[in-house]
Amino acid sequence: MKRYPQLRMLATIALLLLLPFAVGTMGNAWVRILDFALLYIMLALGLNIVVGFAGLLDLGYIAFYGVGAYTYALLASPQFGVHWPVWLILPLCAAIAGLFGALLGAPTLRLRGDYLAIVTLGFGEIIRIFLNNLNSPVNITNGPQGIASIDPIAVAGVSLSRTLNVFGFEVHGLYLYYYLFAFVALLIVVVSARLQDSRIGRAWVAIREDEVAAKACGINTRNVKLLAFAMGASFGGVAGGLFAGFQGFVSPESFSLLESIMVLCMVVIGGMGHIGGVIFGGLLLAVMPEIFRYSAVPAQQALFGKVVIDPESLRMLLFGLALIVVMLYRPAGLWPEPRHRRELAGKKS
Amino acid sequence: MSCLLEARGISKQFGGVQALQDVSLTINHGEIYGLIGPNGAGKTTFFNVLTGLYARDAGEVSLDGKPLPLGKPHAISIAGFARTFQNIRLFANMTALENVMVGRHARTASGVIGAILRTAAARGEEQAIRRRAEELLHYVGIGDRTHDLARHLSYGDQRRLEIARALATEPRLLALDEPAAGMNASETAALRTLIEGLRADGITILLIEHDVKLVMGLCDRVAVLDYGRKIAEDVPEQVRRNPAVIEAYLGVGVGAA
Ligand SMILES: Nc1ncnc2c1ncn2[C@@H]1O[C@H](COP(=O)(O)OP(=O)(O)OP(=O)(O)O)[C@@H](O)[C@H]1O
Ligand SMILES: [Mg+2]
Repeated sequence: MKRYPQLRMLATIALLLLLPFAVGTMGNAWVRILDFALLYIMLALGLNIVVGFAGLLDLGYIAFYGVGAYTYALLASPQFGVHWPVWLILPLCAAIAGLFGALLGAPTLRLRGDYLAIVTLGFGEIIRIFLNNLNSPVNITNGPQGIASIDPIAVAGVSLSRTLNVFGFEVHGLYLYYYLFAFVALLIVVVSARLQDSRIGRAWVAIREDEVAAKACGINTRNVKLLAFAMGASFGGVAGGLFAGFQGFVSPESFSLLESIMVLCMVVIGGMGHIGGVIFGGLLLAVMPEIFRYSAVPAQQALFGKVVIDPESLRMLLFGLALIVVMLYRPAGLWPEPRHRRELAGKKS
Repeated sequence: MSCLLEARGISKQFGGVQALQDVSLTINHGEIYGLIGPNGAGKTTFFNVLTGLYARDAGEVSLDGKPLPLGKPHAISIAGFARTFQNIRLFANMTALENVMVGRHARTASGVIGAILRTAAARGEEQAIRRRAEELLHYVGIGDRTHDLARHLSYGDQRRLEIARALATEPRLLALDEPAAGMNASETAALRTLIEGLRADGITILLIEHDVKLVMGLCDRVAVLDYGRKIAEDVPEQVRRNPAVIEAYLGVGVGAA
């Protein structure tokens, strides 16, 4: 298959098109989980720019998801009575989140490792706390209640939240969202891959590998790092906008530290800096917990006759365990960049 | 000959250690200028101050009459002053080719939009970067290692890769910090040919080296540092006979005896 890139592309597209129908046989709830998995994949790819490529540990990344979600919510809901079209809002989500990324990145430029992690963690919390409290004296975010009745996403005048009738087939809104999300995720994959193979991407990796040497090579590390923060954040902003339209409701509690850590785990467990690995990590960590959620209670009842540990605790327990095992035995992630990929790729061309 | 680099009164202190004390020197266009001295004399510190990695306590540096900015290594690189590192600092998980391509960063311009849209301009520039990087790898003699990861190269090849990466920034002045360290005799001979070739191509060289034969055979002038002070500066034959230099290298008493 490697020799026929077009064939591979066709196979991928066919798989992506049919996937929701395969998953849908288990019920619409699973299509919904798939939709969320795609949002997480977008987030993981965005964080991968910052953590994987540029090597900057960011623990507040979910804030940009929040910024994107609230941007959408404020511009397409009864909150301010404005109802902008989605094709206008999404680029704005990317731009505003990108701006926030650069703004929050700026004070951290001299920090590395643990210190950087702590400061970004703080910034992430600051954004969430702002969202929580910007309801007085002027009500902007509606505080902890969040913003409801957000306009669903509509493409070419067709709302994605209604069932669509295509030549007699009933297509549920969850499927429509799936196709939109898959399209955007694919776009983000292409952008990531192209950036990685560019002058900018090389500069990011150079900074990750040796910041002093990168400077000595004439790289303005300040600007290039800010660019990484902004690009990564803009992906998160887009995902946030899609999330707001999909859910129809946003509130600050969706953007907690735990979510930041979750996305970071997707990147780290998948394989930092490797786009394929990061996608895999996103999919895995988005879907596995749901499988536990559905199987934990029946499995325990079958085994012990009663529920010993509630599913939520079990989920966190197994998640922590998985994290430790991966870090011990696969420190580069489950699917890291194959060691010789670039060496071999170069030799063939 | 006109002077390319001028350093005046450079001082640098680390806690109680006076690593550099009022060091001044000038390097002429087209010269190979040697900087020697016992271990801990301050040679590397001098490089780090000149290339902006360390802030200096006192002193001025100018390249071609223009003062070099403080604390901005990338700007100094862009001004045409490149360097290698004593403790090799390559981008270990990038290929040899990619390492050199990074060196082209400041001499090229395509940005995010060009990369995402793969515009004709961006693709053309990318090709030019790649071609130049391949040329440079051949030039320093490691054209056969193009697609190997930097960390898989031998020690001598890593040193040469560092030189190729530095050359990619189009320097007028190239500072080499112990380029022959860890090289065998034939590698050192090849290095010597390489440095002579660089000079022939119009690049001025500042060379720190412990290999006395290499320094004496290659350099037009040599300065000697000892305990952060410049104790001599002359053509190699004179430096070799200088009693202060002999004393610095062999210890107090021997020179006086
Ligand atoms: N970053 C630093 N912090 C503290 N002291 C330093 C630092 N860098 C160098 N020194 C001290 O400054 C002095 C000069 O060191 P330097 O590395 O410049 O010597 P050198 O001439 O390059 O020696 P060598 O031939 O061993 O490379 C030494 O005493 C060293 O311990
Ligand atoms: Mg040294």
